[in-house]
Amino acid sequence: MHDVSSQPVAHQHIAPTGFLRKYVFSLDHKVIGKQYYGLALVAVFVGMVLSWLLRLHLAYPNWHIPLLSKFSSTGAPGGVMTPEYYLSLLTMHGTLMVFFVLTNAPFAAFGNYFLPIQIGAEDMAFPRFNMMSFWTTFVAFLVMMASFFVADGPPISGWTAYAPLSAVGGDAGPGLALGQNLWAISIALFCVGSLLGALNFIATTLDLRTKGMSLARMPYSTWAWFVTSVIALLAFAVLLPACILLILDRVAGTSFFIPGGLILSDKLQPHSGGSPLLWQHLFWFFGHPEVYIAILPSIGIIATILPVFTRKPLLGPRALIGSMIAIGFLSYMVWGHHMFVSGMNPFSANIFSVPTLVITIPATVMTLLLTASIYGGKMRFDTPALFCLGFISVFISGGISGFYLAQPSLDTYLHATYFVVAHFHFVMAVASLFGVFAGTYFWFPKMFGRMMNETLGKLHFWLTFVGVYCVFMPMHYLGLVGNVRRYSAFVDDYLAPLIPVHKFITIAALLTGAAQLIFFWNLIWSRFRGPVASENPWEATSLEWSTTSPPPFDNFGGKHPVVNNGPNEYGIEGTNGSDYVMQTAAPRSA
Amino acid sequence: MGIDIQEAMHTAGTIGPPGLSDGSRLYTQTHPRPERSETGAWIGIFAIVMSFAAFTSAMIVRQGATPDWVHFELPRLLYVNTLILLTSSLTLGLASKRLRSVAGFSATAPTEKAYSEGMIWLAITLGLGGFFVIGQILAWRVLAAQSFFLSTNPSSSFFYVFTAMHGAHLLGGIAGLAYMIRKLAKTNGTARTTGLPALSVYWHFMDGLWIYLLVLLMVRT
Amino acid sequence: MGKVFAVVLTLITLVSVAFFAMHTWWLPPDISTTGKAVDRQLDETLIGTGVLFLAGQLMLGFFAWGASDKDRAEKIKPFPGGATPLVTAAIILVGIEIFTLTFVGSKAWGAIYLTQPDPSSIKIDVQAEQFAFYFRYQGPDGKFGGVHPEKIDDGSGNYFGLDPANDLAARDDIVTASLVVPVNKPVALTLHSKDVGHSFYVRELRVQQDFVPGLDIPLHFTATQIGKYEIVCTQLCGLGHYNMKAYLEVMSEEDYQQWLKTQGGQ
Repeated sequence: MHDVSSQPVAHQHIAPTGFLRKYVFSLDHKVIGKQYYGLALVAVFVGMVLSWLLRLHLAYPNWHIPLLSKFSSTGAPGGVMTPEYYLSLLTMHGTLMVFFVLTNAPFAAFGNYFLPIQIGAEDMAFPRFNMMSFWTTFVAFLVMMASFFVADGPPISGWTAYAPLSAVGGDAGPGLALGQNLWAISIALFCVGSLLGALNFIATTLDLRTKGMSLARMPYSTWAWFVTSVIALLAFAVLLPACILLILDRVAGTSFFIPGGLILSDKLQPHSGGSPLLWQHLFWFFGHPEVYIAILPSIGIIATILPVFTRKPLLGPRALIGSMIAIGFLSYMVWGHHMFVSGMNPFSANIFSVPTLVITIPATVMTLLLTASIYGGKMRFDTPALFCLGFISVFISGGISGFYLAQPSLDTYLHATYFVVAHFHFVMAVASLFGVFAGTYFWFPKMFGRMMNETLGKLHFWLTFVGVYCVFMPMHYLGLVGNVRRYSAFVDDYLAPLIPVHKFITIAALLTGAAQLIFFWNLIWSRFRGPVASENPWEATSLEWSTTSPPPFDNFGGKHPVVNNGPNEYGIEGTNGSDYVMQTAAPRSA
Repeated sequence: MGIDIQEAMHTAGTIGPPGLSDGSRLYTQTHPRPERSETGAWIGIFAIVMSFAAFTSAMIVRQGATPDWVHFELPRLLYVNTLILLTSSLTLGLASKRLRSVAGFSATAPTEKAYSEGMIWLAITLGLGGFFVIGQILAWRVLAAQSFFLSTNPSSSFFYVFTAMHGAHLLGGIAGLAYMIRKLAKTNGTARTTGLPALSVYWHFMDGLWIYLLVLLMVRT
Repeated sequence: MGKVFAVVLTLITLVSVAFFAMHTWWLPPDISTTGKAVDRQLDETLIGTGVLFLAGQLMLGFFAWGASDKDRAEKIKPFPGGATPLVTAAIILVGIEIFTLTFVGSKAWGAIYLTQPDPSSIKIDVQAEQFAFYFRYQGPDGKFGGVHPEKIDDGSGNYFGLDPANDLAARDDIVTASLVVPVNKPVALTLHSKDVGHSFYVRELRVQQDFVPGLDIPLHFTATQIGKYEIVCTQLCGLGHYNMKAYLEVMSEEDYQQWLKTQGGQ
């Protein structure tokens, strides 16, 4: 019988031998994907511990935090954090989470592992560049972590590193000499790694799709990785020059961002003529697309996973993909909404506000399509499905707060308050992370050949879902009162009545953080003891489920899959009484 | 003696089955898909354009921010370097034409004559690229002798930044070209893919980028 | 499990909305001439987004409830109308909301940031530095003295770097650590920074403006209620950022004149 699902390859793809080639300096996109995931796990653990330290200090400023003085005797003498150390930890929390977790996990990790498989390729277009991109990112991580161990500690300028605070050097405060240099170098390296990765994703998607895999038949996760790569390519290409100019201002005496006449530590700084707003423009021109880099892959992952568990097709796939592309495009037009009160011409606030509000349209469309896709489904409430539902809820919450901040007239009050902190944590820390969780529970069987524990997974979901609302919803109320962010202590008169709210948030944050340990444990335990997984335990349609768990070295065992259907064929009569048709199965008769 | 045409066609890989029974060839046989590396080169070019756009806007904003911009005359050497770089694009084109069949544009393998001529033009391109980079460094020396250093003035800062960034990217191209020459030499011109179209695109882009930067510096500095 | 999700989600949604609706934690009363428009904008946004929030979350819960697989034999149901009406409705409704908010909001914004200060405004120079605000009044001669960064000496109280010895206009400049203004009189500030970025934020005035080193940034307001209000820094400026504040004291006209006298003015 004619096999419609695959055809033989033209040439051999030879598996590597030796420990280093197989597991360390591997060219295999699957190994590289796992390496990125592992890096993200380490980074998120560090970032989470940092958040506990920050929250503890805010709620209980005089507490002696055990072990902290051992880690930094100048930063936390006797276990009580100094104001500058608070800011150092805050900077590292933001930097690690935004760059090394949210750009790595949903995008680099899952994208590297599954993009080639989902389009039926044997590997990425440029495996050597791929390996270089991971190791560059890894070195960037080491450089970033090194700032913890230098004399003055990490920089205190926030993940946004505004000039001139970040540009003049040590006179502006602790951590701003060597710590800031390390930060800038690390981020520059991270840019290079990301650019190489994005280049690979784009070339692979364009050139290596297997027979029958038209762009229209690509799974939504692949589409998301593709659009995200284009955004990333152009965004990191702007951050890298910005970092270079910042480094030059810091070490070479140039004045790109530093104006004249500044007096720091009683010293007149030897720079002149630079523009601090230039840094902000360059940074946010990158920074805004960056947050869409953080969320789009998760949206794609959720859109891919949801139909598997509702057992019906996703509603409006073309509108979904169109929305992703629209968001990618619009994301480059809105950067000024981070700068409404920055001192740039106030008229431009009106100009930036319009596309910022317009971008809510594709976001709303996507949310509605995901929600409406549940209607009438016969839902299987396994853990990945729960995280899909949770994603939609938290994405609504986070998106709605954006409506306020997009309007300059409201931003004049809400800017730099906890309202902003609530907004970006909901959309990035929670929604994007829920996409990673859903992806992990969903794809773990494929990656490791074993199922994760369902009971632990469900427990993880419920504790996290309720927990994140307890942590981040109250921050909106704090913002409405005008509680300013990035404060290491709350000494202003009007902040005193808010301390109980902060205590509530801290306790919720610690408990929610503890719940994540369930996830870590589940990962480790299931890796070695989880029940063995079949080829397609979730009964899903995309190409990764037509190969073994885990896939062989060349992904499809010496064959190229041939694709005859799109990824959305759920809820229809398939073979053997099943309710779905795989992408490689025989084409459905019309 | 000579390159076995059948073998060359086979290893070229883009030829595939011998064509249709009436002797005509499929579209995909006469128009092979671009090499992956060429796609990669185009994508890389997009990113590089974006980077230089960022540097350009930084320069425009900086120049407008404070009236401390000092104009200076560009070293004459820059124009000589420009000619060198333009010539290198020409020699690369000449090489490309001779080695074209290797890159899959035609059905026949290069003749031995075309192959050796092509390799010579490639070597000349490499040399010219090297001369350009050296010339840029010498141009820096000229400026430094006039006391225009990196931090002297924003105009000199941007001069050094732009030329250094361009030079660094060109060095990458030179490394790629050297790698390609080695690969071609090792396989005697019959490698299935060479990266030649990718390199050509990249090199000509570096040319075009330099012209843009030169004009930008001439107008603004 | 879908039913549990729907119940939990509904609870979370209702509790969240309740705290918003009850104004449990809320903005302080507005004391400016331009703040009312901001507050109105906020109320409108709250209502609009409140509806969206409730609708979105409750719809999600409702669908999750309905999709619970209590009856496995039941076939799946397509969404009524399919994607097109849904997408079209979303675009139109959100589009209308955006248009309205932008149109009305731009007026509120413009009133604060795009208008010129009243010519009779009291001019005050504001300097932000690590980690304090200082304010300078023109004094009886109605002129500001020149500032010289190299002459700045916090130790002797010369925060602005004035040169009274050689600069006549600087001799009567009043330098204070509090922003004192008369009620119902327009005030025109000029913001500049000595070192890094800072920001000027008075919640009751509903204004916020960053200080950008190298720039002199105008900000004007009219305070409508007597009282003492906090000015806090909202742009990360270093280790003392949390502690960087000053007071805005709004006084009656008589008290203000009295205060000026005590500062050396007439």
